[in-house]
Amino acid sequence: MSSNWFVSTAYFIAAVVFILGLKAMSSPATARRGIVWAGFAMVGATVVTFFAPGLHNVGLIVTAIVLGGGVAWWSGKTVKMTDMPQMVAIYNGMGGGAAAAIAAVELVRGVQHDAVTSTLMALGAIIGSVAFSGSCVAFAKLQGIMKKAYRLPAQNNVNFFLALATFGVGLTVSYSDAPGGFEIFLFFALALALGVVLVNPIGGADMPVVISLLNAFTGLAVGFEGYVLGNPALIVAGIVVGASGTLLTQLMAKAMNRPIKNIIFTPLTGAAVEGEGGAIEGTMKEFSALDAASVMRYANKVIIVPGYGMAVAGAQHKVWEMAQLLEEGGVEVVFAIHPVAGRMPGHMNVLLAEAGVPYEKIFDLEEINADFAQADVALVIGANDVVNPVARTDKSSPIYGMPILNVDMAQNAIVVKRGKGAGYSGIENALFYKDNCRMLYGSAQQAIGEVIQHVKALEA
Amino acid sequence: MEGFAALYIFMLAAFAGYEVISRVPVILHTPLMSGSNFVHGVVLIGGMFALGHADPDDPVQLVIGFIAVFLGAANAAGGYIVTERMLAMFKSGKSKGGAQQ
Repeated sequence: MSSNWFVSTAYFIAAVVFILGLKAMSSPATARRGIVWAGFAMVGATVVTFFAPGLHNVGLIVTAIVLGGGVAWWSGKTVKMTDMPQMVAIYNGMGGGAAAAIAAVELVRGVQHDAVTSTLMALGAIIGSVAFSGSCVAFAKLQGIMKKAYRLPAQNNVNFFLALATFGVGLTVSYSDAPGGFEIFLFFALALALGVVLVNPIGGADMPVVISLLNAFTGLAVGFEGYVLGNPALIVAGIVVGASGTLLTQLMAKAMNRPIKNIIFTPLTGAAVEGEGGAIEGTMKEFSALDAASVMRYANKVIIVPGYGMAVAGAQHKVWEMAQLLEEGGVEVVFAIHPVAGRMPGHMNVLLAEAGVPYEKIFDLEEINADFAQADVALVIGANDVVNPVARTDKSSPIYGMPILNVDMAQNAIVVKRGKGAGYSGIENALFYKDNCRMLYGSAQQAIGEVIQHVKALEA
Repeated sequence: MEGFAALYIFMLAAFAGYEVISRVPVILHTPLMSGSNFVHGVVLIGGMFALGHADPDDPVQLVIGFIAVFLGAANAAGGYIVTERMLAMFKSGKSKGGAQQ
């Protein structure tokens, strides 16, 4: 590679720090440190690159960094925590686009490469372009700009032939000695269209898995283009993210009980939801805020199950206020988080952390599911499908087999809910009809606010 | 770079990535995805080389190179700030009383 030892050493250190930083992010206690280390490594690696020999167009480089970095910094600083998943998607797409653009510059320059380099360059360009356009679609869907998932007739065939055409044109372009401008343009147009066509039919509920998968894609693309540029730091960082992103995608897909191949090839939207599931017997029983307050105030143990509905209502601060009030009265209060509460695994933990809930009080499904039987009250706020017992019992239900929180096994279940409708997936919830379940109707903000008033009145 | 040496780097980096992530608790999955998103922001450096080696007289190369650096910088800066914001909120209840420790 064409840089001197100083630059090479700095890249080596940066690569080591990136891996150490990711490792530090594996524990809540050191996670903050991890991202700060990685941040220093990134700044260092960027600065030393200016000392690399033979670097031209420095003015343009600085302008692009200031503009791109500035826009992203400002948007990242101002985005709401509930909108975090789509921001991660769009930044990830930009990384994929950058990798594809690197390949495009190489192609336009017409530098001669050996067969391995040409192949990896084409692959990196395709994967990066798919990550870019796919992430833009994912962003549009989560942001509510694109409301419907459109499914083309013979979608899988379209995907297959478009992918085939993209690889064909891509390899031809990257192997040819002097590719023409039109061929290069056609290649990237096809690759970008492939990303749109792949992500377009996938519904909003599966989007976290898709974002995670595209994140792994970008990592791979960066690694491949790193090989083209002869830069080991890009290879290591890119491939590490490619591998870890793949594992993370598998973990998410498993938690949602949606195999990755089903998400990509047979989306839940449309046909699959029509499996009605068996009819449910019983009636829903209403509860007042006063009843809820007294049941919880005199309980020994309360488990709170928050869902995305709570986050949308912005009620997490009120919920934590209520939890603290109950704890002052000697009640043990903990939070139980389903892996797909919120929009992504871990998203709900972030939202609760924002409200000030310490992480020792937050438990995931495997840690807490056995405790529901000993809990006096399970309070469900804005969650639905993740507490639906039909996932355990009814084989005809579309969510059969998904791991759920065993709220129905608590002494009392209280469900805070806006109205009587079904959940995000449109499936009736058998929990609501159980004898030990009571419904507290109203928006999460207002309902929990009333409960707080009543708990305070009980203290006085 | 020699082909097989690079192949070994690919292989070892893949194992490193898998190992590093495999011990991460569920509560950190979203910040971690965001953190790994930040790490592949190192593509910025690749973009700088692409633009830095572009022919100053060819506007097509300059424009695409500019896009590469712009997008790479946005990936790195955006990825950092959202990850840092999320992780800054993970507080331990125990450290509340004794912030000095």
